[in-house]
Amino acid sequence: MDEARIPRRGLSPRLWLAGGWLLLALLAAIFAPMVAPQDPLAQDLMLERLPPFWLDGAEPGYWLGTDSLGRDLLSRLIFGGRIAFIVAFAAATSACLIGSALGLIAGYFGGWADRIISRVVDVWMAFPPVLFAILLVAVLGTGLSSVILAIAIIDWTRFCRVIRAEAMSQARMDYVESARIAGYGRIGIMLREVLPNVLPSVVALLSLEMGIAVIVEAILSFVNLSISTDDPTWGSIIAEGRLSIHQAWWVLVFPLITLILTVLSFSQFGEALKAHFDPVLR
Amino acid sequence: MKPCLDIRRLSAVLPNGQRVLRSVSLSVQPGEVRALVGESGAGKTMIGKAVLGVLPKSVRIVEGEMLIEGDDLGRLDAKARRTLIGARTALIPQDPLTALNPSRRIGAQMTDRLVRILGWSGERADKRIRQLLDEVQIRDPERVLKSYPHELSGGMRQRVLIAAAFAAEPRLIVADEPTTALDVTVQKQILRLIAQLQRDHGTAILFVTHDLGVVAKISQKVSVLYAGKMVEEAETAQLFAAPQHPYTQALIAATPRYTDPYTSLKPVDESVLAGLKAEIAAADKDWRPGHG
Amino acid sequence: MAEPLFSVRGLKVALPDMTRKPLVGRAPLAEILKGLDFDLPKGSVTGIVGESGSGKSTLGRALVRLLEPSAGAIAFEGRDIGHLSEGELRPLRRDLQMIFQDPMSSLNPRHTIFNIIAAPLRQNGLGDRLKERVAEALHRVGLPQTFASRYRHELSGGQRQRVGIARALALSPKFVLADEIVSGLDVSTQAQILTLLEKLAAEMGLTVAFISHDLSVIRRLCQQVIVMREGRIVEASATDALFDNPKEAYTRDLLAAIPLPEIDADWLKPKAPA
Repeated sequence: MDEARIPRRGLSPRLWLAGGWLLLALLAAIFAPMVAPQDPLAQDLMLERLPPFWLDGAEPGYWLGTDSLGRDLLSRLIFGGRIAFIVAFAAATSACLIGSALGLIAGYFGGWADRIISRVVDVWMAFPPVLFAILLVAVLGTGLSSVILAIAIIDWTRFCRVIRAEAMSQARMDYVESARIAGYGRIGIMLREVLPNVLPSVVALLSLEMGIAVIVEAILSFVNLSISTDDPTWGSIIAEGRLSIHQAWWVLVFPLITLILTVLSFSQFGEALKAHFDPVLR
Repeated sequence: MKPCLDIRRLSAVLPNGQRVLRSVSLSVQPGEVRALVGESGAGKTMIGKAVLGVLPKSVRIVEGEMLIEGDDLGRLDAKARRTLIGARTALIPQDPLTALNPSRRIGAQMTDRLVRILGWSGERADKRIRQLLDEVQIRDPERVLKSYPHELSGGMRQRVLIAAAFAAEPRLIVADEPTTALDVTVQKQILRLIAQLQRDHGTAILFVTHDLGVVAKISQKVSVLYAGKMVEEAETAQLFAAPQHPYTQALIAATPRYTDPYTSLKPVDESVLAGLKAEIAAADKDWRPGHG
Repeated sequence: MAEPLFSVRGLKVALPDMTRKPLVGRAPLAEILKGLDFDLPKGSVTGIVGESGSGKSTLGRALVRLLEPSAGAIAFEGRDIGHLSEGELRPLRRDLQMIFQDPMSSLNPRHTIFNIIAAPLRQNGLGDRLKERVAEALHRVGLPQTFASRYRHELSGGQRQRVGIARALALSPKFVLADEIVSGLDVSTQAQILTLLEKLAAEMGLTVAFISHDLSVIRRLCQQVIVMREGRIVEASATDALFDNPKEAYTRDLLAAIPLPEIDADWLKPKAPA
């Protein structure tokens, strides 16, 4: 057999494109007060329903036009991004920590730990997620922390299922037995031998989950169950845009594009990261 | 007499340009067993796949010809090629479990090929299969035909696949490591069966294996491969009596023999492999498809 | 006769039989080892041979206590270790090491070779002078020091198995289980790995259980042989006696079934009717 050194792959274009959009959107959200051309809450009925910049009747400084209350759409999207990213990071990370830890325990230890955790996951997944979210927020009350909590409570099962399956297949590997021979205890083996091998999947899922969290938040905003109605969120902008679709299509179309691009980028970014780490595992 | 299989200067490359077959020529005469022996990465399975027309998409043949009973496969269109390969060749695979569909009964899987590819009637195919099961010494064909693959032992599954391979009276059988997954006692029975059926039916066999012991027992001629290159070819008796190439000599000396524990199992000298690699590198440097 | 390192009496092991697992509930137990008695003398290499289903790998895993016996005693240096807990076994791990069949799956793809070899050292109180000890282990198996920073996918099959040997011997154990350690390797590599193990076992005075399906390899490496079939010992004796004068018909069949790399026109002829 020849000695094979596999060259490490460069970063894929997918990673660059998806990561680029996410970085741009994230930076815009963080520095929103500096970047946004207008005050996102400032109403001016003289400027209502201005079209985006390339159409007749556009005003400089209102690049994507205004809504029916004369608020600048671009600025509202940028500020809405803040909520989207806070929810994405906080909710997905919480779901990831709960789900991955339980999945790792169920998959590696097996036995009664696995039986209990797996039953809970089965029951959990029998609830329709969006309905579940709406119910939870209705119970917990609206607000940013409720939304984050609701998403984490619902979506930890995604992590749990995948990580459990991966940990189970890892537990059968000879290097797990080899670690027992070396004198490692069960927890030590789980952390040293199993965890590093499931991490690429955790990272990919985490990124995917951020996209899902953005969608769920948008849905909750859309049905007016997210945070206070004053602060713009992508969901609430879409809800308002829907009402004026015939007079000002852009109020609906731009937030939709933003949402889709962001969600797609999260999932692609995760997949590309996983693929980047994976050739090592051949 | 036309050779049953004639491969002339066959070269194949991977998408990155790496050569996996290096101007390989070999022929199998009617009714003869030719062993194709080599270590992993030697390209022996690749040659078997090329003959059967089932190379992976990533492997591209860049030069050479393959003739089955004088018909050049390269001159036929895809459909004619498939028909010719289907009618004249068959495969005995390495892993009898993955070669059988786990959710269909053995009987249906065995007759399928005869009915679908050769257009036999169901009755004729069924009769033929029973005849072959008898030849591979399966004593209770009814039970076996009704079984699912997982209900049979590894040796039984391999018998079934041997029967299926011979059923259509192919001119050439490619046997791809057919006993590697089996225990030694079962291996001996299976090799015995293959030899018996091969003689009775006059079928030519291209026998791919990594085991020089199996080569010595089953074949009349042998080709030794290393890294896609033909290192030596000879009559089997000749090869073991007086191996010519240093690599062949080293390979024979490295194979363990319980009758000779202290002179066998000799590690292959690095200089032999280095010499071989240098030979290949030099040949690759001047090589252009169609000119080398 | 040297004092035995292992003394096994009436060893039985039963494992869940997943093929007979009912839809609901636990799989029934199937007895894999059905009562084995044997000794492994100190400093000897013992071959354990058998076909699939003979229980040879299960036996190996019971010796290093990856499995718990269902009955019988496994005495290691006079002490029954058959039912020790994981915690009680930990101090013994240092002396009971194992080389695995598949060097690919026995090396964690996420760890460097250095970390793989260092793991048993760290865990067994030999974490000082770690660099030195790993370097020595690599040197012992004939691998260059630069391999310490590599990963398993950057190594060839033979090199991976050398790492497996280096890891098992890093602790200078008293006992090493070698489970089919060359069955996945090419002939040329196989000879290198076996002669390496042969040399190290002699140098370090190791007691080795060498599990293999290949009697040719066993004859070269082992001083005594245990032939197993369906969970029982068929025949056990000194190597030369077993090969020159096999007592059991099954042993003779096994020997006769090995295709030696030499011409023998009668080998494939059907057996003459008895």
